[in-house]
Amino acid sequence: MTTRVSSGRGGAAPKVAPYAFVAPAVVLFLLVFALPIAYTVYLSLFRTEVKGLGLGKGSRSEVFVGLDNYVRALTDSELGAGALRVLGYGAILVPTMLGLALVFALLLDEDRVRARGFSRIAIFLPYAVPGVIASLLWGFLYLPGTSPLNQALRELSLQDVNLLSPTGIYFALANIAVWGGVGYNMVVLYTALRSIPRDLYEAARIDGCTPWQVAVRIKVPLLAPALVLTSLFSIIATLQVFAEPTTLAPLTNSLSLTWTPLMKVYQDAFGRGDLYSAAATSVLIALAMFVISFGLLRVTRSRAFGGER
Amino acid sequence: MRLDIAKKALALGLGLALLAGCGGGTEQTADGPVELSFWAWAPDIDKVVDKWNASHPDAKVVVSKQAQGDDLVTKLLTSAKGGNPPDLAQVEFQALPTLVSNDVLADISEGAAAVKDKFAPGIWDQVTLGGSGVYAVPQDSGPMMFYYRADLFEQYGLKVPTTWDEYAQTARDLRAKAPDRFLGTFSANDPGWFAGLVQQAGGSWWSVDGDAWKVSVDDAATRKVAQYWSGLIAEGSIDKSPMYTPEWNKALNDGVQIGWLSAVWAPGVLKGNAEGTAGKWAMAPMPQWDAAKPRTGNWGGSTTAVTAGSKKQKAATEFAVWLNTDPAAVELLVKESGIYPAATSAQEAQSQPPSFFANQPDFYSQAAKIAATSSGFTWGPNVNVTYTAYKNAMGEAISSGGDLVPALAKMQAATVDDMKANGFTVGG
Repeated sequence: MTTRVSSGRGGAAPKVAPYAFVAPAVVLFLLVFALPIAYTVYLSLFRTEVKGLGLGKGSRSEVFVGLDNYVRALTDSELGAGALRVLGYGAILVPTMLGLALVFALLLDEDRVRARGFSRIAIFLPYAVPGVIASLLWGFLYLPGTSPLNQALRELSLQDVNLLSPTGIYFALANIAVWGGVGYNMVVLYTALRSIPRDLYEAARIDGCTPWQVAVRIKVPLLAPALVLTSLFSIIATLQVFAEPTTLAPLTNSLSLTWTPLMKVYQDAFGRGDLYSAAATSVLIALAMFVISFGLLRVTRSRAFGGER
Repeated sequence: MRLDIAKKALALGLGLALLAGCGGGTEQTADGPVELSFWAWAPDIDKVVDKWNASHPDAKVVVSKQAQGDDLVTKLLTSAKGGNPPDLAQVEFQALPTLVSNDVLADISEGAAAVKDKFAPGIWDQVTLGGSGVYAVPQDSGPMMFYYRADLFEQYGLKVPTTWDEYAQTARDLRAKAPDRFLGTFSANDPGWFAGLVQQAGGSWWSVDGDAWKVSVDDAATRKVAQYWSGLIAEGSIDKSPMYTPEWNKALNDGVQIGWLSAVWAPGVLKGNAEGTAGKWAMAPMPQWDAAKPRTGNWGGSTTAVTAGSKKQKAATEFAVWLNTDPAAVELLVKESGIYPAATSAQEAQSQPPSFFANQPDFYSQAAKIAATSSGFTWGPNVNVTYTAYKNAMGEAISSGGDLVPALAKMQAATVDDMKANGFTVGG
């Protein structure tokens, strides 16, 4: 092989060189992406079996069970209930977060606005706080016994509110994510707004558009691609919600340790020590995310980007 | 030539991945000095270990505070699967069957069977799991007791309850006299606490019958306990928010919670969470189901175990035995870590009360009397599953009205289903 490369410089080298160039990327892809996925799929086809009391040495063995773990995951009512809970949480979170992000971006884009730099940083700053820390901070504020909100309500001799009640918890969790996520989405939308040519606005104004009409009729439609992007990211982040409910769970009776599908995967793998069914559930969640993301992209692409084709 | 580089890179990458996967552990020779890693969470245990290291330069122990309780079990299971466990670990009694069943712990009967007589039989049975092996050396135990704010009890004219009926009545009286205070809370977050209450009532959630396990989470004794607390919750006589939250800490501090059904290690927790209330607490035996036959359960209590993956099991066993039976070591453990020693002789040797309970000079002689009434309990191979089911089912039960009895059926089902799914033989 070496001789061929050195003798036929002009002919053979182009055949080898491209492979050499893509090799690092391919190797990395195989090692850190394909290999773990393949191993997860492999694990999901097994389970442990115990002989007798399971207390002697080597009393556990790994047996092949085919798609059993998948069947069990799909028929597990707790997993389905968890998925529904995440949908409920997402239904509150995504519209609120993107709505606020859009409003803030449009406001910041207004020419008359003051203290633009400060406002942008102030709204963005919570994004820099890690989810676990944010949940701890908010947890203190939610707990009825330590909540300053309840203290104020009590001063006014009004009824306490318990944001950690079984229904309140959806809003409590969504609030943490909104607080952390609005700034990031606002920056994405604001950047997209700044790249819209200013003469469009001038033309609109000459045609008699009010600032409100400019915002609704010109800015929002031109923002569509950025909105699709932020929605997609937000929905994916919603489906992956884990840190916030896990951190809040010890504070309240309203959050089970399997409140979201990912929390269930964690419990299965590390609480119950059953890597096999956790692997099967992970594969199912990954497939569902894949279908949802691409489905959403397909539906929105024709509408948002249709005009550009 | 270039292809060769690519091949080499690929081979190198794969080799690295394999190495990482195997977790390269090499056999240690017995002669040279060894280093033992020890995962523990008891406060200031490094000071006790320093004493060992000073006299044993050939087997240096290095403490690593990885996690506590259940989280440490998770880490141990994961590290054992990864082939890279520590040599020694602090393990709670209820986690021993889970770890033994997963081949995480070594049988150290060769080096440790001789110290059997240093411990009460009920404690020793928990480290042998009723068989011929020895899987850990007991370190501390957690007999349950009742802690109360003596000053507030006096202020409201309350008597220390000696039976559960009296406890319920005291809870009601307190609510009538001070509507913003509670005698205690039912915590859906602390399965170990509930298991202790069940032990006191005479329940035992697992038992062994030949080659089959029997699970009785939903038995008469457990139902009795659940029914009792359901009644108190329904009346609003006690609180129902979880323990160990910022809210609960505050409630201990400002006297919203004026009692705590806890274990012998409670003074340390109270000192950390409610330092301002020093000298105001007092300890009494648990309220009883049958005043003529006083009993108590255990909440917590831990052991020192040697892992099956350790290459230095002999040295590790020597350390585990020394730590928990050598009089000087145990004395230091009590002084530095504030534990209640499992070794019987050390229990009797304690004269000074914990610093937080200076007002109760006979604290430890009372504690020893209470500890002697501990009920036995057999732990199963999937306590973690039952505990998770407890947190989920009890939390849900409290949120939706407060009848705790149906939650027991869910815990029983979750436990049995998990054991069957793993191929255990479950009878009865």
